[in-house]
Amino acid sequence: MTSEAPKVLLKVEGLTKHFPITKGVFRRQVGAVKAVDGISFEILQGETLGLVGESGCGKSTTGRVILQLYPATAGKVTFKGRDLMSLSKEELRKQRPQMQMIFQDPQDSLNPRMTVGSIISEPLVEHGEFKGKARRDRVEQLLESVGMNREYTNRYPHEFSGGQRQRIGIARALALSPEFIICDEPIAALDVSIQAQVVNLLEELQEELGLTYLFISHDLSMIRHIADRVAVMYLGRIVELASSESLYSTPLHPYTQALLSAVPIHDPKLEKKRKRVILTGDVPSPANPPSGCHFSIRCPRAEQRCFKDSPEWREITPGHQVACHLV
Amino acid sequence: MSAQATILQVENIATRFRTQDGVVHAVNGISFELKEGELLGVVGESGSGKSVTMMSLLKLLPMPPAEIVSGKANFEGQDLIPLNTNQLRKIRGGKIGFIFQDPMTSLNPVLTIGYQLGEPMREHLGMSRREARKRSAELLELVGIPMAENRLNDFPHQFSGGMRQRVMIAIALACDPKVLIADEPTTALDVTIQAQILDIVKRLRKELGMAIIWITHDLGVVAGLADRVAVMYGGFIVEEAPVDELYANPKHPYTQGLLKTLPNLKGERSKRLESIIGQPPDLLGKPESCPFAPRCTQTLERCLKENPSLINRGNNHKVACWWNHES
Repeated sequence: MTSEAPKVLLKVEGLTKHFPITKGVFRRQVGAVKAVDGISFEILQGETLGLVGESGCGKSTTGRVILQLYPATAGKVTFKGRDLMSLSKEELRKQRPQMQMIFQDPQDSLNPRMTVGSIISEPLVEHGEFKGKARRDRVEQLLESVGMNREYTNRYPHEFSGGQRQRIGIARALALSPEFIICDEPIAALDVSIQAQVVNLLEELQEELGLTYLFISHDLSMIRHIADRVAVMYLGRIVELASSESLYSTPLHPYTQALLSAVPIHDPKLEKKRKRVILTGDVPSPANPPSGCHFSIRCPRAEQRCFKDSPEWREITPGHQVACHLV
Repeated sequence: MSAQATILQVENIATRFRTQDGVVHAVNGISFELKEGELLGVVGESGSGKSVTMMSLLKLLPMPPAEIVSGKANFEGQDLIPLNTNQLRKIRGGKIGFIFQDPMTSLNPVLTIGYQLGEPMREHLGMSRREARKRSAELLELVGIPMAENRLNDFPHQFSGGMRQRVMIAIALACDPKVLIADEPTTALDVTIQAQILDIVKRLRKELGMAIIWITHDLGVVAGLADRVAVMYGGFIVEEAPVDELYANPKHPYTQGLLKTLPNLKGERSKRLESIIGQPPDLLGKPESCPFAPRCTQTLERCLKENPSLINRGNNHKVACWWNHES
């Protein structure tokens, strides 16, 4: 997206999040759900990185750990050269205005007892920005920028449809002029005819305000549309990362290939001609992932070494990285 | 296909809900037919009336608040609408099978899979416990559950989401239904699991030859599956055509808009998604104009005054739109 040498805005190294499984009265730890299991990637200034995967693969946890909403088990998150994990609570709070989040369910993420105006102004109050009339003006201006009427400030969330509520959530995320926004399945709960409206809004805002997005979704077609680069996650690990063009035209990892072939296409002629890779079985539990490559037990091409050794993260062509023994 | 006999003929079904806010006109006089062995896809967004239409046929709605105001549903020479609960019970799960969206809530958590599978066969076919058990194991094998016989004593929580949906399909197939109504059966599943289920349905259709009504919001799923597609909006069927014809040559502005808003998985990446402006319709109040008129790009004066009827425009392509009718 950027014309000069792109700057790295966010760097994630070996990020790991294990949720403990406890048992008994003394809450003895008997295991761990390895939701995120050592992932590394960079996000460049002004770009959109898509993070795709099926439910339970750890994509949402990744987003939350990056923003330090959950403490990480291990790894490092560097935002604009600052190590977020080493910051004190107060320092982190001062960092927060620059990194915001848009949540999946606009029903649950807006307080039903607060007016739209107070929802959007809450971050402004919390961080002491804008006072009095200036704050009201800012809220109205935000509402307008997400395509809503500025007179809606005194209304409540239940008066709005799903798409409009998501716009309110976006306005709230924009309130403190962030540089980086994590969009966690922002369109998954919306109707098809509304999804395009919200995605277009996010893209317009990105151009206007120079935002950087981490766009988490399970919708592969939408990720292709919105993302510059795409990371594919499976069972807590990133298995493939490439530019959007490269990933969709030449997917290298067998999981990415299967995933892409499973997406229904809205064209009956293409659908009839398509060859599907149908995976057997279900995604194993992240509490007890298979040894070696996590995908090995479902992989149609697995060899012996896949069951034993974790594949290395390698760059195959410039910018196209994959973790697979067979590539 | 046209030579085949009609197995289900639905005429002018209208269903309303009495609520505190007023009368919700969920389904407003819908007619369609289903041929033997045919797969009819019913596409629409939430609130378009697609589920309520099908549930009205077998009175699977809480009445009150629901009320079937008019309509006929001829199934094997018998009108289903005037039947009482006892008479309907003989048909539900017997000659007409149902698969619901959420496999988590539609199975009883305290009964074994074997019991729940055997129940319709004991009820409808008068099988003994042993016969039902034997047939249950066969059915589980048919839907691709390994070691079927050993799993009959398992409870629903011991199955994954995809497996549970397979069990639901097996239950629906237990009594060799003539018609299978599947209400968003793959919506709650991941794409790779959805591909597995769609694969099974395609195979079973060939083997068993029943007619299927497949309700979904996903135009991609229907493209690869259906023979004929009906598009619903605001409680009306707005367009209906053979699958290839509908996707190649959509006539209703809503269908055209929907197909354009979807991002592609292959081919050119569009800069901006086309979007349909506005919000889905409010179903309170009697629909006296075209329900799509407020969001339509082709609105004529007549669209705001009169509701267009579904008219065949050749090639079995039916559309309800004044813009089409008057051009």
